[in-house]
Amino acid sequence: MPRNTMNHTINNIRPASVLIEVGKRKKPMEFFAQQLVNGIALGSVYALSAIGYSLVYAVLELINFTHGTMYMVGAYLFLIFVSMCSMPYWLSFILAVLLTGTLGYCIEKFTLRPIRKKKLPNFMMLICTMGVSILIQNIMLLFLGSQTRLYPTLFDGRNVAIFGANISYIQIFVVIMAIILMLLMTVFIKKSKAGMAMRATAQNSDAAELMGINVDRVVGLTFFAGAALATISGIFSCMIFRSINLSSGVVIGNKTFAATVLGGIGELKGAVLGGILIGIIETFTAGYISSNLRDIAAFIVLIIVLIVRPRGLLGKPVQKKV
Amino acid sequence: MKTDRIKSYLKNRRNLTQIIILAFCIVFPFCNASQYVYRIAVSSVLYAILAMSLNLISGVCGQISLGHIAYYGIGAYTSALLTVNFGIPVWIGFIAAFLMAMVFGLFIAIPTLKLSGGYLSILTLSFAEVIRLILLNWTDVTRGAMGILNIPLPSFFGFELRSSNSYFIMVALVAIIIYIAMSNLINSKFGRNLKAIRDDELSSEAMGINIYRTKVIAFFVSAGIAGLAGAFYAHYMRFIDPTSFISDESTVILSMVVLGGMGNMLGSVLAAVILTVLPEVLRSFSDYRMLVYGAVLVVMMLAKVTDWKSMKRALSKMLDFRLSKEERA
Repeated sequence: MPRNTMNHTINNIRPASVLIEVGKRKKPMEFFAQQLVNGIALGSVYALSAIGYSLVYAVLELINFTHGTMYMVGAYLFLIFVSMCSMPYWLSFILAVLLTGTLGYCIEKFTLRPIRKKKLPNFMMLICTMGVSILIQNIMLLFLGSQTRLYPTLFDGRNVAIFGANISYIQIFVVIMAIILMLLMTVFIKKSKAGMAMRATAQNSDAAELMGINVDRVVGLTFFAGAALATISGIFSCMIFRSINLSSGVVIGNKTFAATVLGGIGELKGAVLGGILIGIIETFTAGYISSNLRDIAAFIVLIIVLIVRPRGLLGKPVQKKV
Repeated sequence: MKTDRIKSYLKNRRNLTQIIILAFCIVFPFCNASQYVYRIAVSSVLYAILAMSLNLISGVCGQISLGHIAYYGIGAYTSALLTVNFGIPVWIGFIAAFLMAMVFGLFIAIPTLKLSGGYLSILTLSFAEVIRLILLNWTDVTRGAMGILNIPLPSFFGFELRSSNSYFIMVALVAIIIYIAMSNLINSKFGRNLKAIRDDELSSEAMGINIYRTKVIAFFVSAGIAGLAGAFYAHYMRFIDPTSFISDESTVILSMVVLGGMGNMLGSVLAAVILTVLPEVLRSFSDYRMLVYGAVLVVMMLAKVTDWKSMKRALSKMLDFRLSKEERA
């Protein structure tokens, strides 16, 4: 597969679209299957990221702009551990996830918690996350430069042909891992004590505090989990695309939001459904219409959803609290 | 008697600043500084207009828009395309840019304003990205990345605004008019409605304010003014391409509003001037430009929650402690 160009605009051609170009010469049915497979693989990555987004939104009702940045930070940390420190993949994966999670926790503790404590309007937290994400992005830009880099991958890019569609092992691996992680997250939220505390805080943080839940710790944990999920999603998607670029985090942040809103914000199942749908819509737009439009597709879906059904596909109607 | 009145008028720091800025705007075009200096002056005035327009929805009304640069871009392209392709007079281009940006402002306001604040921010961000991608990819009309060349200069009564200082006079005049209009607007009934919505949406609705209508009008005005600024930009630079309208620029404008104080028009103007001139003055600093804007956002937000008094007390205690130690020695 060709290495990516230095061009760092958002609509740069990623190696996945090379796959699509190859696919175009195939029969229609096979082309369709190929697009579907690519879409599901991409969608499961989005779904992972969307769960993190959704968790944070559920607990704080905050649009977290650092999410896309965490995705990028985590993916770069993995790259640094693997290629510079030549650590084994599993160790660098765990380290990247833990470090980024800690970073997410620190962001919440040092920038958002003081604002939350003073009960200031929500938009101040929003601006704060925005500022933090710009800060981190530009610090990374200073140290790492804006060029696109080759990303390490698993299984040497081998693929298997099923129904005429080329499915790479890494795609299968990513989908399976995503399913496992989603199930784990569901069990964690539904069954564990910390998950229960999270749900209670999401419903009513004041009441949760009165019931003896340490709300600060729960919010911190949520940010940790959100950043960790973003990292996992970042590493997997960079493995699929085999390249990484600093500007990718911003776009992913927006697409994840689109996925979360499409599924119904604050709903775990919704995030998964929305993520997969956005992935499929994106690859189909790129395959059947034009690869220049792939980034627009998610936004247009977002706008339509907000007009037609603002609570999303699986969301419950929201009641405003005073 | 009269001097007393003037004295008391000038004692108000706000009035004094306004008069200094006004005097500067009058004297500056005749200072015979280099064209480079006037160039910076024009761009800081344009940023000031943008910051004021964003301040109306984000500062006064609390609806954080992160795609304000989109209206700027729409205004720039509307005016540039009309004047280049159809040869219509530039001042009609300005009006068209104003109206076009308004229409787009309405287009984005209607689906989002019924939702909570965060949705609006991310949707405006996406909207700006969509607009930029359309400008980049719709090559038949916008010429894509090649940009539009040879945009005509505005001329009034047969006098062409060829030099930067004459252009400065025009934009400064418009900026002053906008400033006066905005200051009156935010102190009117409409402005008080906006502030009420910022502080508590639900209670202001209960007090009989039509939230939806108020927000839409604010969006309308704000987008239109940003479009006008875009048109000024296009006819000043005489060349535009989509790279001038990336979403980083929206953050720049937002950090100007935040630095100047949310809801403070004079603050926005001053912050816009400072944040435009500073990177130019400190050349080596320009690599860290975006870094500083990000830091401004975070620091300004945290400055509001820091307890300065107790910090001072702790500091003085520390100093006292050290002093007493020295005394003992």
